[in-house]
Amino acid sequence: MTDPLIPPKRKDPLVVTRAGHVSPTLRSRSATAMAARAGMGRFVLQVCDDCAKATYPQRDRCPFCWGTLSWQDQPNGAVIEAETTIRSSIDLFFKEHLPWRIGSARLDAGPMATVHLHGDVARGDRVRLELKLDRAGNPALFAMPERETPHMADDPQLRVFTAHPKFRRVLVTDGRSEIGQAVAEALLKAGAKTVFLGNADPLMRYPGQEQIEAIPGIEPVHLSLTDTRSIETLAGQLGGRVEIVVNTARFTRQGGVGFGGHLSNLQSGLDLEVTGLMRLAQGFAPALSARSDDGDRSAAALVDIASIYGLTGKAGYAGSSATAAARLSLMASLRGEMAQTGIRVMSVLTGPIEDGWHQNVPPPKTTSAQIARAVVTALEQGQETICADEVAKDVLARWLQDPILTIREENK
Amino acid sequence: MSDTVLSDLALALASGQVRVIDLTNTLSPDFPVIVLPAEFGQCAPFRMEKLSRYDENGPAWYWNNISMNEHTGTHFDAPAHWVTGKDLPSNTVDAIPAQEFVAPAVVIDISGEAAADADFLLTREFLEEWEKKNGTIPPRHWIALRTDWYKRVGTPEYLNLLEDGAHSPGPDAGAVEFLVHERNCVGLAVETVGTDAGQASTFNPPLPAHSILHGNGRFGLQCLTNLDKLPTFGALIVACPLKIEGGSGSPLRVIALVEGQAA
Repeated sequence: MTDPLIPPKRKDPLVVTRAGHVSPTLRSRSATAMAARAGMGRFVLQVCDDCAKATYPQRDRCPFCWGTLSWQDQPNGAVIEAETTIRSSIDLFFKEHLPWRIGSARLDAGPMATVHLHGDVARGDRVRLELKLDRAGNPALFAMPERETPHMADDPQLRVFTAHPKFRRVLVTDGRSEIGQAVAEALLKAGAKTVFLGNADPLMRYPGQEQIEAIPGIEPVHLSLTDTRSIETLAGQLGGRVEIVVNTARFTRQGGVGFGGHLSNLQSGLDLEVTGLMRLAQGFAPALSARSDDGDRSAAALVDIASIYGLTGKAGYAGSSATAAARLSLMASLRGEMAQTGIRVMSVLTGPIEDGWHQNVPPPKTTSAQIARAVVTALEQGQETICADEVAKDVLARWLQDPILTIREENK
Repeated sequence: MSDTVLSDLALALASGQVRVIDLTNTLSPDFPVIVLPAEFGQCAPFRMEKLSRYDENGPAWYWNNISMNEHTGTHFDAPAHWVTGKDLPSNTVDAIPAQEFVAPAVVIDISGEAAADADFLLTREFLEEWEKKNGTIPPRHWIALRTDWYKRVGTPEYLNLLEDGAHSPGPDAGAVEFLVHERNCVGLAVETVGTDAGQASTFNPPLPAHSILHGNGRFGLQCLTNLDKLPTFGALIVACPLKIEGGSGSPLRVIALVEGQAA
């Protein structure tokens, strides 16, 4: 049974913070391809197009027949056939986290694999393998108990591969919105110690203010993503006291490119969502990075919520889609930077939101509750990309299959 | 030194016999801007991005890029700001003769009434009563409406935006008609975020200050401060908007010259 995580004590100011080392990032293209799929929460292996055998670890050709390999979703059951405990390592991260248990797993899909072991897993057990990302964004197989065990998410080895909000302190950037409020509440329910809830205009009331600010654990803070000074001020106050940042800010207006769109709306959207994201990253990324291996309350993740139409454009929402595209692009670059420091960078993708700016869009639409659930799931699973609802899932699936076609479909 | 009006003024400024009162709020990201219904374009607040501050982007110099709406902070409204003034000649800030930017002011103090009633309306009757006590409002003056509203800056009570809209004092149509047509004012100078009362969009006609002032080529000055430091008569206001081509208004530094030593 996993020992339940206990609320971390305040840090001894005389103890030097452990540097956030990550494993080497120089991997093959096929390993990077596996990581990209792992980041979306999939369990995939390479399967030979000729002999149909699955293989692991990643290769460029089938080890059985030299056929071509393609990535396919596979059953994730396995049996642990051997286990060992590493007690010495020259790896800069693992040497600080010893002992570390690993094992050999016989996958139902065929191959044998070296896997990280959950504390409730032992030799001979049937397990559920999860394809995770390590702190550097490399793919890794993690053996989970087949069935839920008490305090399973608290396993110290598992927490290295996730950004679970339990006992962590979170900054949610826009508490004035229904989305921000739903995310804040969900994070507290998931165990977050504190949610610092951003308010761009503390002198102006907002819907739901009294209820959300009365919840224990919610701490309102002044934060405007369009105001560099407010971010610098808040980062100065909270930089060392925040482990997760969730950016819920968005600005959506209807309009086309040549027809019916307002330049001022595009500028407002770009300033809030794109320049604002960069301001946020410049304010908080350095402090997060400095604390990515700071005990049970290590800094863990920066999460951004963006429209799936950033991948495709969207007729009638051209400016907002362009803004989302820029937002996703910045997130991709930031993900590469933060992989050097052990902080996860996550995108929650949404369909059209159930709000006043999508009144003309027929259902289904993405609700605040769905977004909140997706944020918590991404953190709990350590997932880089997650779809909040069925619309986003559908667009993403079509885009992965045929991006050019999907772009055309969404802009009719 | 030659003995001219301006040399006398220079001497008076140097001696403190004429003082300069700053009527301008500081432009900062936190200064509130007018809030329109969400479906309309919104007034951009003041924002500042550092270009360099003696750093790798400019080792020996400090400067910022700034952005804002023409109507952010202490600002000037030109006649073209309102649809009623759209066809007037010289109706934008670049076209208004610079002579217009220096004018005397008469201060109407409604701070007591505004404190008692945030929706206090300045009426023609009030002005006529006021003139009986203080004297006739002279022509070509700014009408400076002292409400002490500037003391609310930094609190929610400045915009005072409740669920049924904003609540702040201002004139009704009769008062503006009187000031424009019978007293030939230069414009209306206020401490609130707009020349109109907070509830003025519900008036009939709506937004009478904007509509009547600008429809008759008069100006607005908003978000002023320190009107309580001015005498009822005798202050000279200097209010020069930026020379923005075709601009509907402009943030600006507004000062008042007043005679006499500081109290």
